[in-house]
Amino acid sequence: MSAIEAELKNLMVGGLAGDAAAHRTLLDRLSGRLRAYYKSRLARIGRSAAEAEDLVQEALLAVHIQRHTNDPDEPLTPWVHAIARYKLIDHLRATKASLAELPIEAAGEILAQDDHAGAESAYDLRRLMKRLPEKMRRAIECVKLEGLSVAEAAEECDMSKSAVKINVHRGLRALAAVIAREKKK
Amino acid sequence: MKTHDLIEMLTTNLEPVDHRQVMRTVGMAVMAGTAVALGVMLLLFGVRADLNATSAVIFLLLKLAFTMALIIPASIYLLRLARPGGERKVPMTFVAAPFIAIVLLAAISLAFAPTSHWDSMIVGDRWLECLLSIPVIAIVPFAVIIWALRRMAPTDLVRAGALGGLVAGAVSAAGYALHCSDDSLPFVALWYGGTIAICTAAGALLGPRLLRW
Repeated sequence: MSAIEAELKNLMVGGLAGDAAAHRTLLDRLSGRLRAYYKSRLARIGRSAAEAEDLVQEALLAVHIQRHTNDPDEPLTPWVHAIARYKLIDHLRATKASLAELPIEAAGEILAQDDHAGAESAYDLRRLMKRLPEKMRRAIECVKLEGLSVAEAAEECDMSKSAVKINVHRGLRALAAVIAREKKK
Repeated sequence: MKTHDLIEMLTTNLEPVDHRQVMRTVGMAVMAGTAVALGVMLLLFGVRADLNATSAVIFLLLKLAFTMALIIPASIYLLRLARPGGERKVPMTFVAAPFIAIVLLAAISLAFAPTSHWDSMIVGDRWLECLLSIPVIAIVPFAVIIWALRRMAPTDLVRAGALGGLVAGAVSAAGYALHCSDDSLPFVALWYGGTIAICTAAGALLGPRLLRW
């Protein structure tokens, strides 16, 4: 367990410094652990495992958006666990499930198992993106989907470079909010 | 959407992130809230006129000590609560200690005073002004603190909201102390402690609604 912690912690530190390869590996490793975690939790309270992938993606999005709240002096596992569990409870509440059967657990459970079944969520990114304000949508399309550099995107969208960065950041937060709202219906 | 595609999107053109943002944003919010509370108090009420009397100075310092004893630990806990899982490291007893201390002091001072003085010691001259001013002036600091917390990821929204309310209430009470000329321990315990407790409860109620992410 502590070997995984040390490895993931390293990747997180790299990602925070801007190392995209480290961040990609981190999210990839976490997706397997999160998938196993959510599948087992949902099965235990009699919910369909199909919801698991939605939760995996929400948690990954949260890990990414909230990575500035990761304290480099603290272990990573409890931080990831808190996010994963928060998203699980939020999901169950939004879909009006009872929380009574949700067991109390140790933070280590988040990394206990790995599940690499390649999977797809019910979310349609392109459709969700349409609900974002124009500037945010354009910024994400350019920088995150088409892979243009910030400078190229600034040219393309007729914004300053810092405006592009801000719109990407706000856009991802808004995307998470759109997903949360979607669920409440 | 495939999870692989999501990861691909999130990591494309990754920007470095400053992990000191929590400290900076929440810390600035508490300081800005304090500045606003002090500013509004000074503009609306002004500093009490009798500060040449020793007893007035002693009571002013006591009121400030009580509010600071709440503001400092609560702000540190607020920084922890702003991070996922931070609630594991927030012993609420520490925050309750100043309340217990002031209530004990108030009880002792009542015990040593003749019963006929109790009314004026507890109710004071301007209890209504105190009861209304502290929560009303706490609104702006509370809004600033909530704004900062919404940029973070608290996972215990009730506690994060409660501590936000507590800091806002205590900051507002510290500002009010500069003006307030009701000098008795029971007054401070009831009207300062009570209004700060009201702000805390309001924060706890609003937290889950305002801080969800």
